[in-house]
Amino acid sequence: MAATRLSGGAMVIAAQPRQVQNAIDSIWTTLAAIPDPEIPVISIVELGIVRDIEFDNGEVVVTVTPTYSGCPATEVIAAEIERALVACGLERFRVQIRLHPAWTTDWIAPAARERLRAFGIAPPGERAPQQTVDVSRLRRSSIATIACPRCGSSRTRELSRFGSTPCKAQYRCEDCLEPFDYFKPH
Amino acid sequence: MNRDEQLFDYLLRIADSDLVLAQRLGEWVGHGPVLEEDIALTNVGLDLLGQARLWYAYAGEVETRFAARGRCEDELALLRDASEFRNLLLVERPNGNYADTIARQFYFDVWHRLFLFQLSRSGDARVGEIAAKALKEVRYHVERSADWVIRLGDGTDESHAKMQAAVDELWMYTGEMFESDATDQALTIAGIGCDASALAHPWREQLSSILSEATLTLPTGAWMQSGGKRGVHTEQLGHLLAEMQWLQRAYPGAQW
Ligand SMILES: [Zn+2]
Repeated sequence: MAATRLSGGAMVIAAQPRQVQNAIDSIWTTLAAIPDPEIPVISIVELGIVRDIEFDNGEVVVTVTPTYSGCPATEVIAAEIERALVACGLERFRVQIRLHPAWTTDWIAPAARERLRAFGIAPPGERAPQQTVDVSRLRRSSIATIACPRCGSSRTRELSRFGSTPCKAQYRCEDCLEPFDYFKPH
Repeated sequence: MNRDEQLFDYLLRIADSDLVLAQRLGEWVGHGPVLEEDIALTNVGLDLLGQARLWYAYAGEVETRFAARGRCEDELALLRDASEFRNLLLVERPNGNYADTIARQFYFDVWHRLFLFQLSRSGDARVGEIAAKALKEVRYHVERSADWVIRLGDGTDESHAKMQAAVDELWMYTGEMFESDATDQALTIAGIGCDASALAHPWREQLSSILSEATLTLPTGAWMQSGGKRGVHTEQLGHLLAEMQWLQRAYPGAQW
């Protein structure tokens, strides 16, 4: 029978389904408090990269799906998760990386999108394009209108497809004249 | 070579091309023509570096199936010599002027996307999932490259001349992408790899549509360079590796 210590010192006996579920819920809550290292107004859970938390023979397994292959934050995030689990008193755990299905901005929580906007980052559209289907076309068929996160104007212009982090593009508002980041649909 | 040795070699070809091109793009850091381009090139390089790491990690696992041990991604990237690299000759070409860098990237990106699309349907689940992830990133690369080819080609007389010279100059390094050797054929039959020669037609179609929009002429030369897949490289790769690998060579096992 696997036993795991959680925050508050309570022993959770992982053989009882309800207690296992409570323990898992408690870990979700803990991880939901970890901010994304590059966009601290949203948590790693809201970003949609924590895919699964489960017990495997008394060991907690946290499954993470990275955003972009080269995202330097991935290793920082894994270390943050481990630190949080240790702080909860957990001793047996591992963080595993899952590539499939690939991360998409569709997994970003709705509430987090509004917080991105308040932070000055235009959030991605509701649905990312299905780009894996048609490779016969090279270029974008149309460019979506991106509202300025500061003044709401739709008169905005793309400055560069690539911004300060791999997940963002650089835009400029033609009304308030401020530059802003746009979280690219992915 | 048995199947696993072939797969190992195949994975190195993909990873090495990603890594070498990422290193080339990294050479632009601080030298981009404008800040946005400096950032864009670095972002593309970072994507390719991340993809290279995923391929190397898998290659190291496959290596354990036929060798005493599998090398880690750092050993594969930083402790092999030029003759052991399997990258396309195209990606080791020097940066040149901005049109040269854009032409190299454009040729590579259009091919890369078609190639990854095929691999995303691989019978090897791991190959398929890495390719599917990389494919999403490469979409942005190819859009940007195509935009720049058009902007420079259909720009001033000078930018047009430089862009045309760049696509002409690099043309002879493109044939290798569509060569199918014994390894390619074996892995294609096994449903793991993709038929390199089948990519030639769609690649050329997409290329010619962008070049014509850019008012540029599609090169026609039939003679092509070859050798990267067999480890026969231009001297440029040696210089690149010397810079990329010196720290691990001078201080083996050094860590941040
Ligand atoms: Zn505005």
